[in-house]
Amino acid sequence: MVDSDVIALTAAGAIAEIKAARLSPEELFAAYRARAAADELNCFTWVADAEAATPGGSASASAPLRGVPLAVKDLFCTAGVPSQSGSRILEGYRPPYTATAVVRLAAAGAPLLGKTNQDEFAMGSSNENSAYGPVLNPWDRTRVPGGSSGGSAAAVAAGLAPWALGTDTGGSIRQPAALCGIVGLKPTYGAVSRYGMIAFASSLDQAGPLTRDVSDAALLLSHMVGQDPCDATSLAFPEPIAPPSAERLDGVRLGVPAELTGEGVEPGVLAAFRATLTRAQELGASIQEVRLPHAPHALSAYYVLAPAECSSNLARFDGVRYGRRVENPADLLDMYTRTRHDGFGAEVKRRIMLGTYALSSGYYDAYYGRAQRVRTKIVHDFDAAFAQVDFIVTPTSPSVAFGLGEKTGDPWSMYINDFCTVPMSLAGIPAISIPCGLSAADAGLGPGGAGLPVGFQIAGPVFSENRLLNAAYALEQALGFDGSVARA
Amino acid sequence: MIDRDEVLHVARLARLELDESEVEAMAGELSAVLDHIARIGELELDDVPPTTHVVEVTGRLRADEPRPCLPREVVLAQAPAVQDDGFLVPSPQA
Repeated sequence: MVDSDVIALTAAGAIAEIKAARLSPEELFAAYRARAAADELNCFTWVADAEAATPGGSASASAPLRGVPLAVKDLFCTAGVPSQSGSRILEGYRPPYTATAVVRLAAAGAPLLGKTNQDEFAMGSSNENSAYGPVLNPWDRTRVPGGSSGGSAAAVAAGLAPWALGTDTGGSIRQPAALCGIVGLKPTYGAVSRYGMIAFASSLDQAGPLTRDVSDAALLLSHMVGQDPCDATSLAFPEPIAPPSAERLDGVRLGVPAELTGEGVEPGVLAAFRATLTRAQELGASIQEVRLPHAPHALSAYYVLAPAECSSNLARFDGVRYGRRVENPADLLDMYTRTRHDGFGAEVKRRIMLGTYALSSGYYDAYYGRAQRVRTKIVHDFDAAFAQVDFIVTPTSPSVAFGLGEKTGDPWSMYINDFCTVPMSLAGIPAISIPCGLSAADAGLGPGGAGLPVGFQIAGPVFSENRLLNAAYALEQALGFDGSVARA
Repeated sequence: MIDRDEVLHVARLARLELDESEVEAMAGELSAVLDHIARIGELELDDVPPTTHVVEVTGRLRADEPRPCLPREVVLAQAPAVQDDGFLVPSPQA
């Protein structure tokens, strides 16, 4: 099989070819390794050698993932392989152990292809906060891929990896998936072990798949979920994740919240979103309005809670046990403060400061205490909505991919990119983004001037992943989105 | 509004040195973000419990038994400075 045919296959397609002995795992790995090594988008911070070997990996011919290589976001610890979480402070860090999610996928037969670029410690929505440089969007190299899992999303969209792992704290899988025209799923909080993920905000961080299509997302997720003794917040998933097969959406009730589908969303994104609702109706779904009255406050609560947790989690980077240490410290305190000054980038410092302020004496109740109560209100909003509908649907991101440097001047202008994805993160519920079309308002952009990808987000109750994947699959089949131009 | 003294106080709490230019920028940026965040002050939340876990989990216990851990040399291998099988750090008081 020639390389271009190999790259055209989805992961599930590659597995079928390997089973049929028309393709070998070695050929598949070599084809992707060559593309990853020639990466011009800065997706990768490390690429595996020709011979793939992940600790605990299975090369067995009967392994379910049959040697389909996996790109892994830099913040997953991988034994002996650089794991820097996009930060200068962890430059050259090679952890002594591997994250559970990566171990499970390796055991299922997916070898490590490379580590992908990301915003530093997953803090960002454009991948411009990486200490290792920005990632370029394969649809338009003057634009961002989204973030923080920008390297993973761009690598999958550009055909530099068949599929990838990302993490989502406030939208960091779904938003880059939307901006790169691929599928991204944030599972129920706790569905996938966080062990070995370099922590950002522990009550929100969740690992999930970035893939070319919904079937691949289900397949990758099916080998990730499950309780882990190393993560006390991980949960036993109540059922196996099954391959999606729904062709219709008969009887499925979709709720459209006015709070997340109006003001602030670009016209071209709204047009693609509404056209997708029409397709859903043609497949038998009913559409109704739902209210999420506290959703407009989600971003405010998130930008208290996530920085508060990050300020605590990032206290460990002090120059003592791993990573960078400043030269010639005068004393211990000088070593801490200067190591952190030199090692962290501007956005990470901003969030550490914000979180430390919100947790400091005299402000705790006004900020952290209130934000935790807003979070409860948001959970209740979703509970009430899911009493009326099966899923809530919104645009994933209020805009298509924006220009490099366009939003770096004002922190809040960057933060509002997450306003459709943050409410689901606070509620811990699963949500998937699928590409639903190109923004006609941006005609003249993208390959062939056809526009830039728009993401359609579907969110469901806790543990509804199988239903969610089926609904996404039925829509995907009807939409027929073609992302192949980004792999050219 | 966060002023310069408050920025320096919070930076001390966070064990973070800031350049003079960073102090100036931080005061403006944090104030702007806090203005947006202050909107949650408008909500009536007195009777609302804070969220601790989004998916209800009861405390998970395990047997309190010794288990193998990483070898000392593996743990120390990534340290910036090592002496006598431990992490070497400068004196707290120079």
